[in-house]
Amino acid sequence: MPYKFIDGVVVADITFEASGDTLEELFESSANAVTNAMIDKLERIEAKEERKITLEAETEEKLLHKFLDEILFYKDADNIVFSKYKIKIKEKKAAHGCDERSNFILECIAKGEEIDNAKHTVLTDVKAVSWHMFKFEKGKQWKVQVVLDV
Amino acid sequence: MESKKPELKKITDYIWEIDPSYKDGMKVPGRIYSSKKLLGQMDTHVYDQLTNVATLPGIIDYAFCMPDGHSGYGFPIGGVAAFDSNDGVISPGGIGFDINCGMRLVRTNLTIHDVKPKIRELVNTLFANIPAGVGGKSKTRFSKDEFKKIIELGSRWCVEKGYGWEEDIERTEMNGSVEYADSAAVSEKAISRGFNQVGTLGSGNHYLEIQHVKEENLVDKELAKKWGLFPDQIVVMFHCGSRGFGHQVATDYLELFLQVMESKYKMKVLDRELACAPFQSKEGQDYFKAMNCAVNMGFANRQLILHGIRQGFAQIFGKSAEELEMHQIYDICHNRASLEKHEVHGKTKELIVHRKGATGAFGPGRIEVPPLYRNDGQPILIGGSMETGSWLLAGTEEAKQTWYTTAHGSGRVMSRAQATRTYRGDQLQRDMEKKGIYIKAVSVKGLAEEAGGAYKEIDEVIESVHNAGISKKVAKLVPIGNVKG
Repeated sequence: MPYKFIDGVVVADITFEASGDTLEELFESSANAVTNAMIDKLERIEAKEERKITLEAETEEKLLHKFLDEILFYKDADNIVFSKYKIKIKEKKAAHGCDERSNFILECIAKGEEIDNAKHTVLTDVKAVSWHMFKFEKGKQWKVQVVLDV
Repeated sequence: MESKKPELKKITDYIWEIDPSYKDGMKVPGRIYSSKKLLGQMDTHVYDQLTNVATLPGIIDYAFCMPDGHSGYGFPIGGVAAFDSNDGVISPGGIGFDINCGMRLVRTNLTIHDVKPKIRELVNTLFANIPAGVGGKSKTRFSKDEFKKIIELGSRWCVEKGYGWEEDIERTEMNGSVEYADSAAVSEKAISRGFNQVGTLGSGNHYLEIQHVKEENLVDKELAKKWGLFPDQIVVMFHCGSRGFGHQVATDYLELFLQVMESKYKMKVLDRELACAPFQSKEGQDYFKAMNCAVNMGFANRQLILHGIRQGFAQIFGKSAEELEMHQIYDICHNRASLEKHEVHGKTKELIVHRKGATGAFGPGRIEVPPLYRNDGQPILIGGSMETGSWLLAGTEEAKQTWYTTAHGSGRVMSRAQATRTYRGDQLQRDMEKKGIYIKAVSVKGLAEEAGGAYKEIDEVIESVHNAGISKKVAKLVPIGNVKG
């Protein structure tokens, strides 16, 4: 799943770009990028525990932002990091007054394990997913640029 | 997005001004407190972000940036702005995700000669006693109900439960327990994210240092002595914040403000991270209450860490913390907004002052300074990089020009990736040990990002605030041991 860290965007923090042929792939690569900012060698994170994540947002970019926030939530709340995801994203149209409005719904099963300093090479803590220079685009592929507050 | 560099008008050798004509919508000028040298090291985004701050509704007099400023989100790091509490705004982007990130300084009666031979043992013990690193669970578990009391009462709760001394309270900014903290304004998610992290250091630039008070580094000898410092003494300084709890409070309210700012309050800002709400609105007040819960969590977190430090010292030196005279000198925050009374054009007004990576620096006589220090001015703790040392300063009356605010640290000049390419964590650890600084880190790889060369020179930052008059030097403290996340 493609993502890469890029330099020179924000001096004190970490920026990554991720892409995917589908929205689900984009979400998975972005989640891996967030985790990889905190833990080196994602392959060492075994799928021992799982968490079910269900989210809703008005746009795809807000949904992605919320999803990445969830990765940080579980890192602190349960000390868990993930390496495997099953993601489904659906668009739901609902009447809103006279208009029809879309909502995007994510259902995800994330699998991973508790951080173990002896087993995992920890890097640095990510505090938040910022909106700073957040770029979300759909072309041939889905692409995003995200700045993480560390 | 590279913005054009503004013209910087020299006001004094240490104050530089950006005229409101630089950008549409600027209500006030931007003012940067910095030596010419540090000004040259600031990334251009600082100017853009500072001038964005100058466009916020209700901003009073200036958008300030401190000499350690660098680009952040919304406000630059080092950004300071005050708004009238009646008709101004509050913005999470003016406080940061790590609410009440701050510093605490504790003295001992030990000297370098007592500690140097045991430094490895001491650092290893503190590393074992105080959880650090990514995630990082507290050794002392609290229930969610207890956590709600912690975030409403801060250090006060900790001391009542035996995690500290009564005197620690009066040696903490705002007595370690701020008003307007109401757990009802906090999401369940924020509580779940943070309730198991009280007493944890975190990672990144958070650290705990054993420091040496060298005689030649006592600048204001009289004040240093009055505050309990003496030549060759060992002191402990640490830097951390409100952990995942504060990060979630900021995340929750940034999202809420983005929803209501335009639709409900008809306000537009130049950057999503500057999302704001009228201070007196429901959302503004709720955020203020939740943010103050995170401020209390930051104080409580450092209170629990101090408890672990005292235990560690007692364990290694075979004496109680009381016998080792481990009195706290001060605890001070550098990420928050607070309600304060200031003189504005000859009238006293209540302002909501945002300080993001900037430290309160109240001068002698101000109500914000605890009685113990009120005649001297507030003790100010400025953390440097792990290689270069840190500073203890005192607040001045002259600092009223910046709403009694000064710098908070070194400020980065090199990106994390660049630092990782330039330094290797393991090599750095060995080099520093040769220089007499023993480091124990959760992430040796992450250590490279915190190399001294990745930061501005702390002495130049201090020179700037001292010469600008917004605080004055008391003593420099140099590291001999360091615990890193």
